[in-house]
Amino acid sequence: MARKTNGQGREWGRRKVLKGAAGFVGAAVGSGVIGAPMIWAQNNKNIVLRQCGTGVSAFNEIAEKAKADLGFTLQMTALDSDAVVQRVVTQPNSFDIGDIEYWMVKKVFPAKTLQAMDTKKIKYFDKIVPIFTTGKLKPDSVIAQGTAPSTVGFVEGKESTTFAKAPTQWFTMIPTIYNADTLGIRPDLVGRPITQWKDILDPKFKGKTSILNVPSIGIMDAAMICESAGIMKYADKGNMTKAEIDKTIEFLIKTKKEGQFRAFWKTFDESVNLMASGEVVIQSMWSPAVAAVRSKGIPCVYQPLKEGYRAWGGGLALAKHLSGSQLDAAYDYINWYMSGWVGAFLNRQGYYSAVLDTAKANMSADEWGFWMEGKPAQKDIMSPQGKLMEKAGTVRDGGSFYDRMGAVSCWNAVMDEDRYMVQKWNQFIAA
Amino acid sequence: MRRVDAWVTYLQVAPLSLVFLLFLVVPIATIVVVSFFDYSTTQIIPAFLLQNYEELLLSPVTWQTYLQTLEFTVITWALTLAIGFTIAYYLAFYVRSATWQTVLFLVCTIPFWTSNIIRMISWIPFLGRNGLMNTALLKMGLIHEPLEFLLFSDFSVVLAYVHLYTLFMVVPIFNSMMRIERSLLEAARDAGASGWQTLWNVILPLCKPGIAIGSIFVVTIVMGDFVTVRLMSGGQTASVGLMMMNAMSLLQYPAAAANAVVLLLLVLLTVGVMMRLVDIRKEL
Repeated sequence: MARKTNGQGREWGRRKVLKGAAGFVGAAVGSGVIGAPMIWAQNNKNIVLRQCGTGVSAFNEIAEKAKADLGFTLQMTALDSDAVVQRVVTQPNSFDIGDIEYWMVKKVFPAKTLQAMDTKKIKYFDKIVPIFTTGKLKPDSVIAQGTAPSTVGFVEGKESTTFAKAPTQWFTMIPTIYNADTLGIRPDLVGRPITQWKDILDPKFKGKTSILNVPSIGIMDAAMICESAGIMKYADKGNMTKAEIDKTIEFLIKTKKEGQFRAFWKTFDESVNLMASGEVVIQSMWSPAVAAVRSKGIPCVYQPLKEGYRAWGGGLALAKHLSGSQLDAAYDYINWYMSGWVGAFLNRQGYYSAVLDTAKANMSADEWGFWMEGKPAQKDIMSPQGKLMEKAGTVRDGGSFYDRMGAVSCWNAVMDEDRYMVQKWNQFIAA
Repeated sequence: MRRVDAWVTYLQVAPLSLVFLLFLVVPIATIVVVSFFDYSTTQIIPAFLLQNYEELLLSPVTWQTYLQTLEFTVITWALTLAIGFTIAYYLAFYVRSATWQTVLFLVCTIPFWTSNIIRMISWIPFLGRNGLMNTALLKMGLIHEPLEFLLFSDFSVVLAYVHLYTLFMVVPIFNSMMRIERSLLEAARDAGASGWQTLWNVILPLCKPGIAIGSIFVVTIVMGDFVTVRLMSGGQTASVGLMMMNAMSLLQYPAAAANAVVLLLLVLLTVGVMMRLVDIRKEL
């Protein structure tokens, strides 16, 4: 009896770790009706592509649609980000397509288990949002701090693992999904306008704030707060020196001891519950969590802040072992991915897709206006699963694509002093 | 003939030995071996290094965290012992009818068949700032501000532990109590012992094996726990289990393994001391 209960506890713990992972997102079944537009090669029905990656973009619908349009089977495996990094590096033959994030590229590409893509084979290469190629959203933009996608987007040659400073013919990864993160607030409970990252330190919110306990991202939110509060200025928030880490953690510990934080969350559902129950009124959040709070009828705003956003992005990379017809299929898949249907699907979830023109063609004018142009919704906005997301008349928090992605202050990153940072972060949690 | 006997004995022992070898000895040996390995951001490199242990044992964070874990263990142990003993005593000596004993025992047990995690999480809406407890106290006018210490604090962690693990004390202690010869209690009374004296000098010593077994359960579970601490403290408090979790999520398996070995030694030491104090085998 005793053993049993104990065992349950552990099993749960393990599941929690793989949360969002949920194992396989099954591939589509019936391939009987392939009446879809026959623009894609259909001679590859026996090909199976195994995609492994973080759960963010592993949607069942995409696998089903790929099967219908392209004919081959796509098996998606979702893991947490650390497990993905490990798998890509240590089990290069266990996947064909890596669905990874840009900060991981910096870590895993040098391990030589991925192959660079030939941009000439990428149909919509010229239409990819320039954040991922030149790094400049608009010609006058400044490249943000951290692991900006453009800095790890290209390698110098086909076999090279040295990241190129400017675009080359060899692309490390096709961008698929990205977004800009900020603080979420409860407008009904904060009782004052929130405009800056440092507002989370307001003594009024003592014991009512939270930041996320994922060291590599948490430290950057902390850095945004420190910089906003004038505690210090960073040369690069995405690659801090030991001294900068020390000072940031010292500040966090002091703030924690003063009782400013209510909790530190680690999983999506925790952040939703903290906000929905009113335990916290301002905290780091991810955009689907804000949507989840709102779907309970509780007001929640993904507040744009003066200092800008912390952005993240993911993409698809090809495994080194791919060749021949499998490699062709992988290119087909990538070209299909950017041809619009998937883009529209992702945009409708509140993420952004890499090729905007094709996505636009697959969305209604109202949807495009709401998600991408910051216009008030004319009709109710539905999710791809048919759930009400926003009522007519609503304007997206933060406004248009250019307002949001143009105000990115830093990208999720992996620091050179990673190991040291984690030790210090543990110290903060234990303090 | 004797030879055949010996073979039969070996055969009989073999299944259990194999199970132990495969599922206990091999995994623990692996952990010990890995704890000496080196690692980088993405790889585990076979080596023989003491660095993992050095980093672990020389860091003040480790000591702080172990102290915190021990503190939780001691408090939880004391509370579950006091509550568990009282409940077992009531069941064993106050409730006379065997039927009622069974019924009440089941009442204690059945909630423990539900998921551990559900029982723990249920506390969160109950203790929260706008939870049932605070709302009730506010409405009754007993407090004017919600009590913040109820949730995401050391208090809530200990509360969850006590709630989750008291049964592990109740069952073995109750079992020991049921084995006590009733005539011993009568003899104590005849000899002029008061109720407290009987409890202290007769019942308590005879319950020692039960207490020891219960204590081993509670202590080992609490020392290895990470879920309760993380959820009930809102991630604000560390525990040894959480430290390992953090290390593992960053692929620092050797560091986590070293920590696991240290924790294992500490738990073995604690259990060893308990076994020293009470010879469970003899008393059973």
